Amino acid sequence: MTMAPAPRQPPFRPLASLWRALSGGTGWKGIAGQLAFASLLAWLAFDVVTNAQDNLRAQHIASGFGFLSGTAGFSVNQALIRYSEADTYLRVFEVGLLNTLLVSIIGIVFATLIGFAVALGRLSQNWLLARLSGGYVEVIRNLPLLFQLLFWYLAVLAALPVPRQSLSIFGIAFLNNRGFVVPHIVPQQGAGVFVVAILAAIVASLIMAAYARRQLYRNGERLRVWPFALALLAGFPLLGTVLFGAPVVFDVPVLRGFNFAGGTRVTPEFVALAIALSTYTAAFIAEIVRGGLLAVPKGQMEAGASLGLPRSVILRLVIIPQAMRLILPPLTNQYLNLTKNSSLAVAIGYPDLFSVFAGTTLSQTGQAVEVIAMTMAVYLAISLVTSALMNVYGWHIDRSQRV
Amino acid sequence: MKYGWFGIVMTSAVLGSLAPANAQATLKAVQERGVLSCGVSQGLPGFSAPDDTGKWSGLDVDFCRAVAAVTLNDPLKVKFVPLSAKDRFTALQSGEIDVLSRNTTWSLSRDTSLGLNFTAVMYYDGQGFLVRKALKVNSALELNGASVCVQTGTTNEQNLADYFRANNMKYEVVAFATADETIKAYESGRCDVFTSDVSQLYAERLKLMVPDDHVVLPEIISKEPLGPVVRHGDDQWFDIVKWTLFAMINAEELNITQKNVGEMIKSNKPEIARVLGTDGNLGEQLGLTKDWVVRIVKAVGNYGESFDRNVGAGSKLRISRGLNKLWNQGGIQYAPPIR
Amino acid sequence: MNGSEPTFVRKTLAPARKAPVVTTGLIGFLRTRLFNSPLNVVLTFASAVLAWFVLEPTIRFLLVNAVWQGSDRTACLADKAGHPVGACWPFIQAKFTQLIYGFYPEDQRWRANLTFALAALLLAPLLVPKIPGKTLNAALFFLAFPCLAFFLLRGGGLDGFAFYWLAELFSVAWKPSLMRFWLDFSLTTTVVIAVVILLWGGWPNGRRAGLVSALTFAGIAVVIVTLRLDQGGLPVVDTRQWGGLLVTLVVSITGIVASMPIGIALALGRTSRIPLLRIFSVAFIEFWRGVPLITVLFFATYMLPLFLPGDFTIDALVRVLVGIALFAGAYNAEVIRGGLLAIPRGQREAANALGLSYWKTTGLIVLPQALRHVIPALVNSFIALFKDTTLVLIVSLFDLLGQLRAAFADPTWATPTTLFTGFAFTGIIYWVGCFAMSRYSLFVERRLNAHRQT
Repeated sequence: MTMAPAPRQPPFRPLASLWRALSGGTGWKGIAGQLAFASLLAWLAFDVVTNAQDNLRAQHIASGFGFLSGTAGFSVNQALIRYSEADTYLRVFEVGLLNTLLVSIIGIVFATLIGFAVALGRLSQNWLLARLSGGYVEVIRNLPLLFQLLFWYLAVLAALPVPRQSLSIFGIAFLNNRGFVVPHIVPQQGAGVFVVAILAAIVASLIMAAYARRQLYRNGERLRVWPFALALLAGFPLLGTVLFGAPVVFDVPVLRGFNFAGGTRVTPEFVALAIALSTYTAAFIAEIVRGGLLAVPKGQMEAGASLGLPRSVILRLVIIPQAMRLILPPLTNQYLNLTKNSSLAVAIGYPDLFSVFAGTTLSQTGQAVEVIAMTMAVYLAISLVTSALMNVYGWHIDRSQRV
Repeated sequence: MKYGWFGIVMTSAVLGSLAPANAQATLKAVQERGVLSCGVSQGLPGFSAPDDTGKWSGLDVDFCRAVAAVTLNDPLKVKFVPLSAKDRFTALQSGEIDVLSRNTTWSLSRDTSLGLNFTAVMYYDGQGFLVRKALKVNSALELNGASVCVQTGTTNEQNLADYFRANNMKYEVVAFATADETIKAYESGRCDVFTSDVSQLYAERLKLMVPDDHVVLPEIISKEPLGPVVRHGDDQWFDIVKWTLFAMINAEELNITQKNVGEMIKSNKPEIARVLGTDGNLGEQLGLTKDWVVRIVKAVGNYGESFDRNVGAGSKLRISRGLNKLWNQGGIQYAPPIR
Repeated sequence: MNGSEPTFVRKTLAPARKAPVVTTGLIGFLRTRLFNSPLNVVLTFASAVLAWFVLEPTIRFLLVNAVWQGSDRTACLADKAGHPVGACWPFIQAKFTQLIYGFYPEDQRWRANLTFALAALLLAPLLVPKIPGKTLNAALFFLAFPCLAFFLLRGGGLDGFAFYWLAELFSVAWKPSLMRFWLDFSLTTTVVIAVVILLWGGWPNGRRAGLVSALTFAGIAVVIVTLRLDQGGLPVVDTRQWGGLLVTLVVSITGIVASMPIGIALALGRTSRIPLLRIFSVAFIEFWRGVPLITVLFFATYMLPLFLPGDFTIDALVRVLVGIALFAGAYNAEVIRGGLLAIPRGQREAANALGLSYWKTTGLIVLPQALRHVIPALVNSFIALFKDTTLVLIVSLFDLLGQLRAAFADPTWATPTTLFTGFAFTGIIYWVGCFAMSRYSLFVERRLNAHRQT
């Protein structure tokens, strides 16, 4: 019996490996081609940059990012941070960015809720519900988003009454064509204690849930946590209020002059944008979720049924966790699309990043290159970060799927 | 693959047939091209608005026709390019249009940092407010807490902010990209006040369902001298456009109208002879012909006629001449002498 | 056991039992799909109520209460008409030509109609799988038709051919005239045919390619003579006068046509082994896919003129088309890459074994299969592009939605129902277009995967 020789390391030939990597295995032709391509790109870039510099100089447009410290001189009707007309363009950029993030997050939350509901409805056994959900998806998916946005803003929200004839909800909240006015929450002395109490209740509930899970795995006994959690969530803040006083006072809006004084107003531009983005993306999310749920083999459902589990439990514990693996990447793609689509705010005057920065700031300063570059950089950063996270997730899934 | 080169060939044909525009010698380029490219608004009655068949009319349109008349001897050889407030300056800077005649306010930053030259003042205007009569508001100082509709990319936005800040008043700004959207929002009740140049207020009021339900408040909160704009770097074209406007004003001073210009040519009053070209060669010094003023007046009349026909007593806007009267009749329209 | 006697024989008929629960027919359907559990009963009632509240006002608005005749807004006001007014269809009638053509001059509208007709004529056979001659059809639709459409819609003529452009490029004086045009044309024809024959492998091998090129040039000559392109062509209609559905179709069709070669090039670049090409393709694709389309349109409209030499202007519409072509090209690159990856590696290996070069393999073996596979995804991409054309409204180009919004500003038609009517009309147009395309995409997908259905 001959022994196989011990395996050797491959010889270390750095130059050859480098050559192969650079040429992609195509030899001299590949290297020459790449050099030609690189020089073509360089020439093109040089040409473009010199043209741009010449044109900018001829048109007396300033260059550089110095404009960011110039005074803006205009106001926006929704700012999450303090902003006045005397602030700089950089502040305008921040205000716009926060507005974009706000409407994107709200849109993502509602789109997910509506999307999942519609997907489950479409897969339900109830014929009418399934057809209605299907109809919703087909109608919404086949109409342009800008069309839907303009429809909500121009046709629906503008049909609301003027402030002097607002629809009143219990006399403390009002709906009119300038927005939805709700009482403003003014934190008082007991506010801090209130927040601490809620956090404490949440932490206590999580500890109880962890304990219950440990008991389930160890002894098989099922403890019901939710009544206790609910009691804590209600009880701790109540105790805090009794001991330290009311946490908030409501500033009820009152019609004074032209508009409502006091209270917080949600502008119709924001509402229209949020509704349009949510309903549109929800239709696509519904299709993705439905595809994911249908991709889980039918045997899983049958196995669960043979174990005697009710349908809702099978969905919750067996089907949806498996489907999530298939749903998550396209779902994140839809979230990205929603964030990018929020730039449509410029069509209805909602002050998001694109509208105040690439719209008003661009026309006031004239510095198209810097402004558009900054805007594109923000969206590109969001996209690339999300893609990178998705790649990490996909790699993780691949590893865990290896049998 | 066989057909690939075909696509390349035809693409270059397409790109090659698009006419290049020379930004330097604008007069020569316009005459070679045979048509004047004029930037106007997207539909402002009285200044530049198309009718249902696509024919343009207005004060700014008349001025473009006057420039076409002096350079091409045909007031109809004008290509009107409707531009929003946002892209009017880039169109001029890039060479897409030769002259911007779009009720544009003359300001320092626009004159310097944007690479443009303001030629002269066509219309002395100011910024005002339009409100509904039903609100029973008599002065702009009563507008604390109101919602105000304004167009983005204009000086109006900044003047509005300054005025309310200076008078310690609060307001909600509702800004849109085009004038049409802004006036629609005002009409639907989204805002209480619409602010713009007073001439625009009168013009946009015509687009409302019941124009008489709305009133222009008496306060004028800024100076808005409106006039035609050209690019930096072409002095001859700058002179031509400037003196076209001055010629219209001088013609009104000398009572030369569209009707009587034929007889005025025969006049031997020295001033009229100089202006109409029968004496001297002032037109040729500009690079034009001797009868340049005759062409202007025959095409669009003098300044007063154009004003009356488009925005004054003979039009639907019925704006009084006010500051735009001649200097010797109580206004401030004053043109340098043609000699 | 005694086998002659049966163990049990009935003497009388068994009593009839109750029929089983019906699960077919209308009653069965109601029982199993609508009312089979308390939750389902509630859901059914809730859905029925929802459907009623959505459908009934819609039909009442669009058909029952609608006004069909009138000349201005007074026809659509409730007090003048005597009943609550729904849709104001005279508004659409008055604005119809504007919504379809924009401000295209009326006497030249036959050109737009001819272009639409040609597009339909060339597209219809392409969509039906059974009709043969797809390569010729595709070449006519994707290459010949856009050029013809350009000269039909915009007008204008040609000043010369390849030699004229070369002269322009190197600033050599070449005054265009009729004789020089045809001289240029003939020279270009001979040079191109010679080059094609050379590239396809010399005389006997390149015969067919040379013949095809000659026929193509003959076709071009026929078109030039018919449209009189050598003498200035049809009157020029500036793109600023185009509007409405015309602009929507021009932008979407040009987008998809232009994005195909860009997408194929990028997809091949991304799957190539050459590192520089791969890095460049990845960076390019990720850049264009990571930004919203509006920023691309703004970039094209405001920054593109800055990157070109100072005395060269491009049309506003062409700028938008360039932006959309690059954007759609990046998206299609990913779609086509998916198709390329789905082709088994064995195909390339077999082609390699036969001695085919990389380009021959890609062009003759891999790409045709890959493109056929991704047709459903490409149709979906076209649907998205068709919907995205509405964004040109933001850079002041008037497509269908832009014209609609401009029509809303007309005070002669301002009534409470004008907005809803306009949205209903354009909504129907968009919905029918997109829905038809998505059904076609499903049809193609089912046909492609027919061999895979178990």
